[in-house]
Amino acid sequence: MNINTTKVISLLFFIFSAFYLYTAYQIQVFAFDENAPFNARTFPIYLGYVGLFFSGLKLILPDPDTIKVEHKTLEYKKTALLIVIAIIYGATILKVGYFLTTSLFLFVSYYFLGERRWILMFLLSFPFVAAFMYLLHGILEIYLRDPFLQSIGVMG
Amino acid sequence: MIEGILIGLTTALTFQNIFMVMIGCFFGTIIGMLPGLGPMTAIALMIPITYGFDPATGLILMAGVYYGAVFGGSTSSILLNAPGVPGTVATSFDGYPMAQQGKAGKALAIAAWSSFAGGTLSAIYLLFMAPSLSKVSLSFRSPDYFALMILGLTAIAAFSSKGQFLKAMMMVVLGLMLASVGQDSLSDITRFTFNNMNLTDGISFVLVVMATFAMSEALTIILKRNDPTAAAKQVSLTELGSIRINKEERGKMYKTIPRSSVIGFLIGVLPGAGATIASFLAYGMERNLVKDEEKEKFGKGSVNGLSAPETANNAACSGSFVPMLTLGIPGSGTTAVMLGALLGFGIQPGPRLYMTNPEIFWSVIMSMYIGMVVLLILNLPLIPYIARILAVPKNYLIPLILFFSITGIYVMSFNNFDIYLMIGIAVVATFLRLYDFPMPPLILAFVLGGLMEENLRRSLLLSNGSWEFLWDRTLTVCILVTTILIVLWHIYKTITKMRS
Repeated sequence: MNINTTKVISLLFFIFSAFYLYTAYQIQVFAFDENAPFNARTFPIYLGYVGLFFSGLKLILPDPDTIKVEHKTLEYKKTALLIVIAIIYGATILKVGYFLTTSLFLFVSYYFLGERRWILMFLLSFPFVAAFMYLLHGILEIYLRDPFLQSIGVMG
Repeated sequence: MIEGILIGLTTALTFQNIFMVMIGCFFGTIIGMLPGLGPMTAIALMIPITYGFDPATGLILMAGVYYGAVFGGSTSSILLNAPGVPGTVATSFDGYPMAQQGKAGKALAIAAWSSFAGGTLSAIYLLFMAPSLSKVSLSFRSPDYFALMILGLTAIAAFSSKGQFLKAMMMVVLGLMLASVGQDSLSDITRFTFNNMNLTDGISFVLVVMATFAMSEALTIILKRNDPTAAAKQVSLTELGSIRINKEERGKMYKTIPRSSVIGFLIGVLPGAGATIASFLAYGMERNLVKDEEKEKFGKGSVNGLSAPETANNAACSGSFVPMLTLGIPGSGTTAVMLGALLGFGIQPGPRLYMTNPEIFWSVIMSMYIGMVVLLILNLPLIPYIARILAVPKNYLIPLILFFSITGIYVMSFNNFDIYLMIGIAVVATFLRLYDFPMPPLILAFVLGGLMEENLRRSLLLSNGSWEFLWDRTLTVCILVTTILIVLWHIYKTITKMRS
């Protein structure tokens, strides 16, 4: 059996299915439902077995189309950086507010992706977010929580 | 039916809805044109905005985005040989050679007219077929629905997996597993929440779509930024040539369009098939039907070769609405996203939709006509300008996609946990996509998960725990036999491939 990344993913999925199946058996059902033809754990149990079946097949059967990924050409560093920025954005959006965090997220992302046209970067962050906020909050009446704008009295 | 059409026309022809079709077509075209971003991403990005409207308007907007994205995909196929969506791969076979011959404008015009004709004809087919199918589907019982969902999931796995059936089936199972998180619909017992209150209501559909499409698409683009095959694709936008189609070319299109629209529509109706298969089949059929002289031109800039897939892929888009609107079972990943959005509005598509919510049912069908006209009026004169969108730097595009994705979740839940969960799912999806694990089966399974469990529950309870319900009714047996045939066909194809 040829070991490649697809097989490793299949193995991980097999383990995940086994864990899912174990957790499915642990689901607490009402006593009167315990021996019912169908209860809250029935469908997940079937799913767990089906997951084991397909990932098991993928593991043992030969792979006619092995996928080769050229890791050297992939931009892992910038992707990871962008994910970290997105996490920070997610962590601060509620406390700081939509306008400031979103504008900063966009500005910083443009910068880390190699952009240096400052005026364009500014226009596509702060005024752009303000216009988008107006569209959502002002026109479509979709509520946007923004403690920062509330604290400076821009938003009611 | 006349009354329904009038209701639909009244709803679709309001200023707001016409405006929504225009906006949808325009943004759909732009997003669909960008290689890598397809209709699913385009629609996913629109979902948060649609929640500000009534369901009919929201669905009309999404439908407009859908046609626009499919048309936009053909623009990048023709100009860059880089199809924005899989459904326009066949368009590049003859569209790109035409562009290389300095006839890019003409190729885009042929694509626009063919899309218009294909979409309009199939909207007419839809008009007549959907109500009849709705009546037939009223006879469906829980076992039939359960079997139909298995068929839909198997078919999408078989057709969208590029030969990687097992990978697609694993994605189906993953989608169903994600759908099982949260409270059980009948007993309210929590499952797979690990005592986390944020998971009690389950994982939001918008979150999964945003993560697996929009966000993971953006991460994939940045990850593959230095891929030499992607970097090599350059476009010259200065020489598009004339967009006029001469009499001889029109003559060829008159023959191609009707037959390609029929095949496109019929393929679109089948669960799991969709625009990609429709366009390839129409291309192959056209090649067999034309004269030997024209056959020689296929792959070198044939008018028939370009018109056929373009007609078929748009016809298939309309066709895929049939199972969604009449059975409540989406025929493709894109309509699965739409179905999820409709469920978010509190509307359950199905056989009774056109009785309970006729304004939604008919206005969507009517808006298809309007959408096709808008697409033509908007895109034909704007082709040289729209094409310049292809030059949008990735440095701006990627943060904007991430911004729309996160905003979509933020306005729905105001919850940090959902944002972290979305980022986590997006990272896993990006990694899986690198190794060709398809995402549409996951989305379809996620949407159908709850309904599937519900129908299995009813079937098993009615048959007192026995699996006999699978062969009790002729309809159930027919659906299951079709599923088995699809699986056997795939096994046969895989064995043949391995031997060769």
